[in-house]
Amino acid sequence: MHRRTLLTGAASLAVAAPALGQTQPIEIQFWHGLAQPLGGMLEQRATDFNATQTKYRVVPTFRGSYPETMVAAIAAFRASNAPHVVQMFEVGTGTMMGAGRAVKPVHELLAETGVQIDFDDYLPGVRGYYSLSDGRMMSMPFNSSTTVVWYNKDAMRRAGADPEKFPETWQGVAELLPRLKANGGTAVPMSTAWLTWGQIENFSAIHDIPLATLANGFGGLGTELRIANPLVQRHMEALAQWQKDGLYRYGGRNNAGEPAFPNGEAAIMFTSSGFRARVQREARFGWGVAMLPYYEGTPRAPINSIIGGASLWVMNKGPAAGGGRSRGEFEGVAEFFKYLSNPEVDAQWHMDTGYVPVRRASYAIAKDRGFYRENAGADVPIEQLLRGGGTLTDNSRGIRLGGFVEIRTIMEEELERAFQGQQTAAQALANATTRGNVVLRNFERANRG
Amino acid sequence: MRKKVIFRGVALPYLLLAPQLLITLVFFFWPAGMAVWQSTQREDAFGLNTEFVAFENFTDLFRDPIYLNAAWNTVVFSSAVTVLALGSALFLAVQADKHIRGAGLYKTLLIWPYAVAPALAAVLWLFIFHPSIGLVGKALAVIGVQWDFRLNGGQAMTMVIIAAAWKQVSYNFIFFLAGLQSIPTSVLEAAAIDGARPMRRFWTVIFPLLSPTAFFLLVVNLVYAFFDTFGVIHALTRGGPGNATETLIYKVYVDGVQNLNFGSSAAQSVILMVIVIGLTAIQFRYIERRVHY
Repeated sequence: MHRRTLLTGAASLAVAAPALGQTQPIEIQFWHGLAQPLGGMLEQRATDFNATQTKYRVVPTFRGSYPETMVAAIAAFRASNAPHVVQMFEVGTGTMMGAGRAVKPVHELLAETGVQIDFDDYLPGVRGYYSLSDGRMMSMPFNSSTTVVWYNKDAMRRAGADPEKFPETWQGVAELLPRLKANGGTAVPMSTAWLTWGQIENFSAIHDIPLATLANGFGGLGTELRIANPLVQRHMEALAQWQKDGLYRYGGRNNAGEPAFPNGEAAIMFTSSGFRARVQREARFGWGVAMLPYYEGTPRAPINSIIGGASLWVMNKGPAAGGGRSRGEFEGVAEFFKYLSNPEVDAQWHMDTGYVPVRRASYAIAKDRGFYRENAGADVPIEQLLRGGGTLTDNSRGIRLGGFVEIRTIMEEELERAFQGQQTAAQALANATTRGNVVLRNFERANRG
Repeated sequence: MRKKVIFRGVALPYLLLAPQLLITLVFFFWPAGMAVWQSTQREDAFGLNTEFVAFENFTDLFRDPIYLNAAWNTVVFSSAVTVLALGSALFLAVQADKHIRGAGLYKTLLIWPYAVAPALAAVLWLFIFHPSIGLVGKALAVIGVQWDFRLNGGQAMTMVIIAAAWKQVSYNFIFFLAGLQSIPTSVLEAAAIDGARPMRRFWTVIFPLLSPTAFFLLVVNLVYAFFDTFGVIHALTRGGPGNATETLIYKVYVDGVQNLNFGSSAAQSVILMVIVIGLTAIQFRYIERRVHY
């Protein structure tokens, strides 16, 4: 009985498919890397888009964490079965830029389909990260965040510091940490998540010093790391010393250190602005958000920080699939992107999730609705991205290094050795530079064709 | 005493062998061949540019201090896991072999951990050793030990060794117990009548008779520690801190899956393949000899 149903079903499908071909919506496969609850919110955007029209149907699929999604998409491309759209975290940007005919640049997609998106209205830090040096967009900005400071106001108060004024400079932080240790009432004064993103990448950006040559890799594949510079070294030495003195505790790789803030273990946490939802839900104390501190006396500092998060890349089907996609499929993708770029949609996404609005218009909408009056500090990441007037320099536009996932791991490994006391901060940065440059040269060699 | 069946002609024996050969071909020789081929290539992540580099991936590896570090970690890790897993399993098996009340229950409980998936086992140990939420982690902090496996390489290594060994104790336990039970009681009684104390009986009678089992387990445990501990390491430390718990098999994953460096990852797989072929050869030689024993 069951088998017969299946057979008839299959037969009727085979008959019906050509006939319905005209009216069936075109499916757009969309792979993403956001776990719940964010993943559900993202999928809701696809559902909403599907409800606005009948021609296309976006099918979102969760493919694991960002790195897993990246690997899955690349493997699918090699098997000529890539999704139409993949959400790629910012460190994968360099790899995708070098992907050649595996990806369909967004500026090409829009030109071919005639769909207009007003990228001029996008925050410069967001736009710059995902565009070529001549300003043409390569991917579609979507969920962006940046590193900010999360601090425990109660602990600040106990330590005798003004809970409304987190120090603006690292000198101020250095002065605050011992007081927090003595009277703050938390297990450790300060901890970090996403160590290199916050303490090296964004650190370099806001101080307007290069992370790598050729404008952090925007200028070409021949780029070399420049992290072994006096300022980064000074900061890493400070962290290593604080680690030794019990003023700072390294929290592990990626976001492993984050729980220490909402559970009250660490009074200060450096992590993504996307941490907001969790802090709101879990923290049982007064908390605040502040901009990243800088070293006083550094010329030009502080300027804007750079974004993290992810953008959406359009992929061709794969090497064995010839031309790749039909015009209809690309049109569907372009329409979906246009929908996502709608300031109303973007503002809602920002207010639901804690990611920054990618457009000025969406920021204005959130302001009008009084979102920042009710959610103090929710505008700090945006203001930080616009700090210094919002004109990007070569050092604050973003990072475009091939194999950056690996380079980040290398920096973390070497710094972990420094925090353990096995090597000095200077050695760690020198080793990371040497090892990271090997990755860059291998990437250059593999992608020069 | 081996029974031999002589086939006439060649068609039937080959036909009977075909399924097994086919499986070996598809699931071993083909992928292994691909790995060897890929180890001579260098390509971008998307497979759009490929370059033949002969042995460059291998020479790069042997020049890479991180790879040599992983090799050294593997030696430390595998020998520690093997010693720990064999030692505690032997001890437990000897105890369980005694006439005690509820022996069946002990045996069952001791066999259980083998059924726990590596990732779950790792999470379990994480809950025990975590510096801020773990039982042992917190206790260590109370008695003044600076316990933080996220930053202390030695502590991280200790933790993955314990977790990995714990997983393997059950397996060893079953084999040791079976080995102990197959030792004829007459031999033990004779030794007892001759006046040998229990310790002496163990080292002069039981242990030598157990040695074939022990040797078999030694090889199996080494293979386990080399190749089967990815899950534990991945869930507990991800090879960190620094590269303190990065073993050869973990590095294959890091370079192949995370860093998308397929050529180097394939070269590392080929090296591991050579190692496992070596271990298997030793084991087969030994088992061959044991048949005549």
